[in-house]
This record gives sequence, structure tokens and C-alpha cells, in this order.
Amino acid sequence: MTGPVLRAARGLRWWLRQTTGESKWDDYLDRCRRESTEPMSRRAFERHRADHRERSTQSRCC
Amino acid sequence: MTAVTSPSPGEQEKAPPSKIVWVIVAAVGAVCWAVLALSRGEDVSALWILFAALSSYAIAYRFYARFIAYRVLQVDDTRATPAERLHNGVDFDVTDRRVLFGHHFAAIAGAGPLVGPVLAAQMGYLPGTIWIITGVIFAGAVQDMIVMFFSMRRNGKSLGQMVREEIGVAGGIAALIAVFMIMIIILAVLALVVVNALAESPWGVFSISLTIPIALFMGFYLRYLRPGRISEVTAIGVVLLLLAIIGGGYVDQTGLAETLTLSKEQLVLGLVVYGFIASILPVWMLLTPRDYLSTFMKIGVIALLAVGLLIATPTLQNQAVTDFALNGNGPVFAGKLFPFVFITIACGALSGFHALIASGTTPKMVAKESQVRMIGYGGMLMESFVAISALIAASVIDQGLYFAINSPAGATGGEPAAAAEFVRTLGFSISPADLTAAAQSIEEESLISRTGGAPTLAFGISLIFSRAFGGGLAAFWYHFAIMFEALFILTAVDAGTRVGRFMLQDTIGNVWPRYADVSWKPAAWSASAVVVALWGYMLYVGVTDPLGGINQLFPLFGISNQLLAAIALTLCVTLMLKHGKAKWVWVPGIGLAWDLITTMTASWQKIFSDNPKIGYFQQRSLYQDALDQGSLLAPAKSVEQMQQIITNSTVNGFLQALFAVLTLVVVLSAIPIWIKAVKAGGLPTTEVPHEPSTLVAPSDFFATKQEKEAVRASESAERELAAAGGQQ
Repeated sequence: MTGPVLRAARGLRWWLRQTTGESKWDDYLDRCRRESTEPMSRRAFERHRADHRERSTQSRCC
Repeated sequence: MTAVTSPSPGEQEKAPPSKIVWVIVAAVGAVCWAVLALSRGEDVSALWILFAALSSYAIAYRFYARFIAYRVLQVDDTRATPAERLHNGVDFDVTDRRVLFGHHFAAIAGAGPLVGPVLAAQMGYLPGTIWIITGVIFAGAVQDMIVMFFSMRRNGKSLGQMVREEIGVAGGIAALIAVFMIMIIILAVLALVVVNALAESPWGVFSISLTIPIALFMGFYLRYLRPGRISEVTAIGVVLLLLAIIGGGYVDQTGLAETLTLSKEQLVLGLVVYGFIASILPVWMLLTPRDYLSTFMKIGVIALLAVGLLIATPTLQNQAVTDFALNGNGPVFAGKLFPFVFITIACGALSGFHALIASGTTPKMVAKESQVRMIGYGGMLMESFVAISALIAASVIDQGLYFAINSPAGATGGEPAAAAEFVRTLGFSISPADLTAAAQSIEEESLISRTGGAPTLAFGISLIFSRAFGGGLAAFWYHFAIMFEALFILTAVDAGTRVGRFMLQDTIGNVWPRYADVSWKPAAWSASAVVVALWGYMLYVGVTDPLGGINQLFPLFGISNQLLAAIALTLCVTLMLKHGKAKWVWVPGIGLAWDLITTMTASWQKIFSDNPKIGYFQQRSLYQDALDQGSLLAPAKSVEQMQQIITNSTVNGFLQALFAVLTLVVVLSAIPIWIKAVKAGGLPTTEVPHEPSTLVAPSDFFATKQEKEAVRASESAERELAAAGGQQ
């Protein structure tokens, strides 16, 4: 019985992390590992993302 | 990356599990529609509406949306999307379809589909239900999907850019002005909804004000304490939010109530100052964290509402079709069913604003072309479902109460005895004691003339939730629902002001390049001030209007939104013809034709009607004549109020006319292109050429077996490639 429940919970967690953009950091680490480059700190990475958001605000609709 | 050729569309789609399932869905839908159509004066369960909607959506998605995707648009999964070709990890970013669905839905859904159906409930539940469902299937979802598709084929160009390039400069400029002005109206009307919900409500003011420190806390947490831990901080934020709602219930006992009982004028000032500050603060401080909160509230409450409806199975109190639908004398807004039901419902059936989101941001993130069906069409079906839920919530309330809440203060007099009498003249009944008791049940001072839709919806939601989940929490649920609406209206105000500021800076930047620099403070501040001043003025007009703000401004909002949809659908028709698909032009064409018929009729009536309740200019001259003769006309109580009405009707009438003219400019400049395109069998467009795609991803919500296998094969090939690369 725990199988499907656990899977659903894991799926939800995955979806939430993806939707909020939290998982971008993991993707970035993966990419650094693949390319064998030194990753920047998480703080710097998130600043970078915030700076981009600063210029690309999306309208929320009615 | 490895090249796996995608199978042809026919094979890629799931073979229907069994035709029997679809026959059953169709039968359920047909029975629900039949019950809705035939029941008169009996107890009708709200679930008939719910299931009529769900089965219609399922059939439309399965058959019509699929037909549009594969036959009409001819989505081509061998073609690389902008996200794949131009991938930069920032704007252009291949995104999982289910995640992008969430993003897109969060961006298109807001207070519009909640408010419109509540107001339209004055005409009964049937007109609203029919239009929300057929409108979304044949117009709204079609528009969102086609605009998304064409924008995707043009590297995610915006609506304005596409109109300029495909229709012409005049049309482009008209569209740009229309978009900007419509945004101002939308912000003003949404803010008006919040003001009306919070005025004289210390509990509401307390909880909503606390969202600002909560969002700031989240912002600082993410910036300095634990960068990037979004789920964690959102969970903390939601808990704080719930505490803020519960805490509001104790405001009365702490003596804060007096200070937090704000008049509408004070709230306007507060919102304007807030809007200005929010739009110039760095986004990480306020806007981003608030967006996380409002997105989760949005998705959470909608899910909760669906569950609540299923458990509570409320009975509709509203009539199927009220007399107001036919005589046009309703107190909530004036005008007959045709065309005003279509204008009022707006966002839940067809929303021009969505075209701004379906072009630009979302298409840059789509992984495979065929996913526009799920994200564009499916996302809009979900929004329509929100509208249906709102319509149900408004229709399960006692009708006497509904009209007492939604009639302007000039009519109800603002106190129970007069309101009960006014409701009686409408042909409904509620006693003054019942009106007071209803307000007490949710711990508000009064519910009379709390126009704007939010209090009605919140009351309906609180009824449904108290019945579904028990526990005598009516007051909590009411304020929970108010919070839910206010939260994403404020998010829309923040983000909208900021987007308006960018648009203004960009436009002025054409003549004065430095002004376009979004980080140059003088430009940012002055442009923000202009945008805030514009919507702030309209908001103030709405709040102080002696005739009642919502019934004056909401039609303007609805018509402008529908006119924007006309611009978007005109673009769709133009591009269909340019691509040589004249055979299929009826697909966006029926939406466009119906939209133009309703909005142009409504615009005509709002401008030229000789009924002063409908025609802005007739209203103006009525009050002007009275003023010239030195007399006062109700509901105005002073010469200033008379002058105010005159100014407001003039401004509204002028704006109304301007929107209609701007839309006609776009449509009329497109017609010669249509003729040319039909004669030539197609014209060159700005579509980017085909580049082969190497990505493998499923098309629909659920991946088929073949799709799963294809994804697995591609992933393992990728791994092998990476491993081979690593060995070198």
C-alpha cells in the first residue's frame, strides 16, 4: 500500500521543487559536474537568478 | 544528445483505451446538461453543473483540442522548439510539461474568473454555466493554444510584436496602446475588489496587512538565511498566513479593531502607496516571495473547493434564469443577457489577457510542439473550472442575501431594514434580522452592499466549506477566502504595475533611449509613479462613485479584456490565412466573430444607449441637465456628487469608445491582408524555419507506453554518450 502513496508523495515533491525553481540549483550542480567546472556558491547562484527576475517580471493575469 | 526520430503524430497519440469510456463520459455530460436545461423551480444540485463542466471539458480536450493540434495547427514534434534551439537556461529553458502547466496556469489564473461569474449570477446560473463552458471550448482555450503555437513558431515573440510584424505598424501601435490601457483598467478594477472586500473589515485588514511582513520575511530568508530553500520557506509562509487569518479573529478583543477599521478612501491611499513601493523594490524582497504564497494558495484552494463541493453537494438557491437576464434592470450591473453576460464573465470563458502570457514567456519553455495542447488548451480549461466553481459558490447563497450584498449602497441604503426593503422590490425576500445574522455568522460588521464579488464568493465558499468539513468555522473560512483573493490580487497589482512600468519605459525609450534602462532609478521611479497614478485615479473614481464603482467599472474591464481577445483572435485568423490554412480559419474565426458581435454590441450600448443605466454619455447628460436646472438626482446627495457622476461617466464613456476604436483599427488593418492572403493562397510570415529536434518528451499529461519507452531509450543513449565522453 505504501508503494503508490510514497510514489505520489515523491512525485508531488519533485513537482513542487521544479515549479518553484528550487531544483535549478541541482541541475546547475549536475551540469558543473558534467563539465568538471567549479560551481559558484548557492548564495551567488540564487542572486544571479534574482537579478534576472528583476528584469523579466511576468504579468499575473486577472 | 541523440537523435531519436519521433513517431508520426498518429502513432504517438495514445490509442483510445476504449470507445466505451468516451461514450460514458458523453452520456454523463448529456444527462447533466439535460437536467440543467429542464429543471425549473425545483431543488437542483450544484453537482449537475460541476459534472456537466467536467465531462464537456474532457470531450473537448480529447477530440476538439486534438483536432486543432494535429489537423489545424499541424504541430510537428520533429521540429525543435525555441526552448531546445535557443536554450540558455534562463528565458529559453526546456521545461517539463507538467511543471510548465503549473507555471502557465499560475500566470493566467487570478481574481477575474472568480469575480466575473459571481456578478453574472444576477442573471441566474444557467446563462453563466453555458457561456463559461461553451466559451472556453470554442473561444478561450482555442485562443490561448493558437497564440501559444504561433508565438512558439516565432521564438516566443510577444502579442504586440506579432501584430506589428504580421498585421502592420498601425495595428501594432493600436495593440500596444490597448494592451497598456487595458492593464491599467484591470489593475484598477482588481484593486477595487480588494478595497470593497477590506473596507470596514478589521479582521480582513489585519490578515492582509500581515502578508507584507510575511512576504518580506520570506524574501530575506531566501536572500540571506537559506538561499534557494523555496519549499521550506513557502511552508513557513503558509503557516504564518494561516496564523494571520486566525489572529484576525481576535482583533476585536485587543482594541486594535478601531485602528484597523479603514474607510475605502484610506484603503485606496494605502494601496497606491503600497503599489508604488512594491514596484520599485527589488523583486526578491516582496514580489517573488508573495508570488510563491499566492501560487500555492491558488492551487490549494481550488483543489480544496473541488473536494468541498463533492462532499457538501450544495443545492442551488439561484434561479436558472432570472428576470434581470431579460429586462436588463439588475442592480449588480445593468444590461440584458445579450451582450452583458459575455462581457461580465470575461476571464473564465475567454480572456484577452491570456494572449499576453501565451505569447512571450510560456512558449519559450515548451519542450515539444505537441505540448501546446496540454498547456494552452488544458491550462485554460482549468481556469474555466475555477470560474464554474465561483459561479456555483455564488449560486448556493440565498438570493435575497446575494442581492443585498451586491447592490450598490445608493440602492440599499447600507442598513438592514432599508436593504431588506430594497431586496423585496427586486422580488426576493430576506428579513433585516437574517441580514444581520448572516453578517454575524462570519463576524463581519455588515454584508450589505459589499460589492465587487469577493465578499459574495467568500460567503459562498465559507458555506460550502463549513458544510463539507464541519466544525462551525464559517468566520474562519470567510476570511480565508478573502485572504486567498486579496493575496493574488495584490500579487497581480505588484506584478502588473511593474510590467506596466517596463512597457512605459520601453515605449518612451524609443525616443529617449536612456529612459528604457530599467535599472536607471529616475526612469524606474517616474514610470512607476505614472502607472500607479493612472490605476490609482481609476480606483479612486470607482471607490467614490455615488452610483457604485463596480457596476460602473466592471463592464469597462470586461469589455476591454474581451476586446484584447478580439485583437489576439484577429492575429490568429491572420496567421491561419497567411499560412494558407483558409480551410481551417473557422477555428479561431468562430471565437473572433462571436467576440466581436458581443463586445461591439456592448461597446455600442455603453456609448450610445439612451438608457442612462447603460449608456455612459446618456448618464452624463441626464445628470448634467439636472445640475443645470439646479436639482439633485438620486443617488447623488450633493452638487459635488452630481459633478462627480458627470466626470466619471464622461471618462468611462471616453475610455470605452477608445478601446473599441483601437480594436477596430487592428481588425480593419487585418482585413486587406486576409483578402490578399486568401487570393494568393498564403503569404510569407515570420515563422522560423524547421530545425530538427533531438529532444524526446511525452505530449500529454500522462505519457503513453511508447512515449515512456522512447524517453527511456533517449536517456540511456545520452548516458552512454556522456560516459564515452568521460573516458576520452
